[in-house]
Amino acid sequence: MSANIPDQTGGPRESISRQPTFIEKHSNTVFGWATYLFAWLTVLLVLYIVCVIGIQAAPAIRDYGWGFITGTTWDVNAHQYGVLPEIWGTMYSSLLALVIGALFGVAVAIFLSEHFLSSFVFSVGKLFGVQFHPLWAKLPDNFERILKNLIELLAAIPSVVYGLWGIFFVIPLIRPVCDWLNSNLGWIPIFNTTLSGPGMLPASIVLAIMILPTVSAISLNALLAVPPKLREASYGLGATQWETILAILVPTASKGIFGAIILAFGRALGETMALAMLVGNANVISWSLFSPANTLAALLANNFPEAGPKEVGVLMFAALILLGITLFVNMVGAFILQKASEPQEGVR
Amino acid sequence: MTDIVTSVPVPSNKISPDITIDVSGLEKSLRRPRTAFNYIMSFLTAAITIIALIPLLSVVLTLVVRGGQRLSISLFTQLPPAAFEHGGGFGNAIVGTLVMVGIAALISVPFGILSAIYLAETAPEAKLSYIVRMCAKVLTGFPSILAGVFAYGTVVLVTGGFSAIAGGIALSILMLPTVILTAEEAIRMVPSKIREAALGMGATQTQTVWMVLLPTAFPGILTGVMLAVARAAGETAPLLFTALFSNYWLISGGRFNLMQPTSSLAVLIYNFSAVPFQNQIELAWAAALILVLIVLTVNLIGQSLSRK
Repeated sequence: MSANIPDQTGGPRESISRQPTFIEKHSNTVFGWATYLFAWLTVLLVLYIVCVIGIQAAPAIRDYGWGFITGTTWDVNAHQYGVLPEIWGTMYSSLLALVIGALFGVAVAIFLSEHFLSSFVFSVGKLFGVQFHPLWAKLPDNFERILKNLIELLAAIPSVVYGLWGIFFVIPLIRPVCDWLNSNLGWIPIFNTTLSGPGMLPASIVLAIMILPTVSAISLNALLAVPPKLREASYGLGATQWETILAILVPTASKGIFGAIILAFGRALGETMALAMLVGNANVISWSLFSPANTLAALLANNFPEAGPKEVGVLMFAALILLGITLFVNMVGAFILQKASEPQEGVR
Repeated sequence: MTDIVTSVPVPSNKISPDITIDVSGLEKSLRRPRTAFNYIMSFLTAAITIIALIPLLSVVLTLVVRGGQRLSISLFTQLPPAAFEHGGGFGNAIVGTLVMVGIAALISVPFGILSAIYLAETAPEAKLSYIVRMCAKVLTGFPSILAGVFAYGTVVLVTGGFSAIAGGIALSILMLPTVILTAEEAIRMVPSKIREAALGMGATQTQTVWMVLLPTAFPGILTGVMLAVARAAGETAPLLFTALFSNYWLISGGRFNLMQPTSSLAVLIYNFSAVPFQNQIELAWAAALILVLIVLTVNLIGQSLSRK
């Protein structure tokens, strides 16, 4: 047998195969180590960020301790610092924005995933006996696709532009409504101050508009990922469309929708520019929607550029608190989304 | 109104003499709570969707109308005006934004792609890979202002001044997770047959990565880079106290200096939105329109690359 195979090292049929050269072999090792190094660097970067902020904040943590979190005054001259109003403002504005943004975002996701537009157009057409030509029967669906892409594109608009729009469009628009609510329903705590321009409500409205694309895009993906068999089975048992949506589709996609809402919450907590421009930067704790307030991120944005060395340490402490809150919320959101993307039992 | 009938013609309620079925529950009529609920919910959802779309469209419309008024060539060639001046532009801010995003891309793209190669190719199942992926996801939701705080602590305090470099480093932290996660996804999408063929031909892993995987995954990687660039170009918060702002060009005295305060479109919008002068406010709107055009163009180009 072996006599028939031509000699590998010599002879007329010389093979093109060869061992990797010294350089190829070692560059392979080096390259493998380089990717390993950069993978570690990503992890170290995150740790380094936390360390840098933590070390800079250390003197302030030593000086102020828990009093920093429970204090309500921010006075640079008296060296009195407290961020309770900012924590309150961050939570209040984010929750308010989340309630509005989640309601509208999930509704938009259901609207787009259920093809309401085309079914509406077709039922109206049927009512008037209009037959749809195949050429434009696809139009409503195409319109929906454009809508979906448009909403995703709107997530890319920079927050400073939303802030600018809020100052010159939202505030003048809602001011008459707010004045009316304050003068007629002023006894309700959430309406008991006047809107003097920037305030909690315009900030929350703009924030809600900013997180809407996030909520609707991820919820839409979760709704579209529900196996069609489930929907068909539900219709087959005689359920109406909305019974199917509320009892089958939304519960099946609930983890994805919930993850979307948590991630949007994380985004709202860390959002800086729109709030710095719209929230009014006042150290106030108030239930009122029309009162100016402040948030952690807006505090950092406004005070950092002209902060002295002492104040920088204090601001680093505030940054550390913000980091803690957002890290926690984002990890919970990522964990839920991870769970949601695992295949569901029994519906494969 | 054909489908809203008052009663359903039922052939027979009796299947057999013993069993009777009440089929009236299956009636599709607006008088039935089930059906009425269905119509009401559909109507509400449509109404909410329309209400949700109004502000989104209004943002775009306001931008075009108010920003479009001031569009002219001088915007790109002139410097920002002082308080009571007329005219002016923001040429230096456009250059500043491009320079800082460029610095950020120079840092984050090689860094991100090498990490992504580790995640997708060198050791996809290793424990480190899971940790790196988690870190990248954590960085995705990282508040942009904290990137600024970090760059302030590491660059501004160390070098002793606000600079374009500090701004670029802050932006690179925000770009990194997008580059890592999309590049990993793109490399993973390369059919394993292509990979195995290269390895089977005797290529080393490095040769496979450089000559087969990266060229094949290139459109996907570029999409991620474009999305990251689009995000970084619009960021304001990390630049506020790293690059600060400047009313002058980056080139001063014939020298290109990156270690000085640098203006950017986003910070210009923020600064000018808070002043009471009509001229500055108009410029802020024009800058917003140009910024959005840049961001959306980069975004759309990026998305179209991977759609093929």
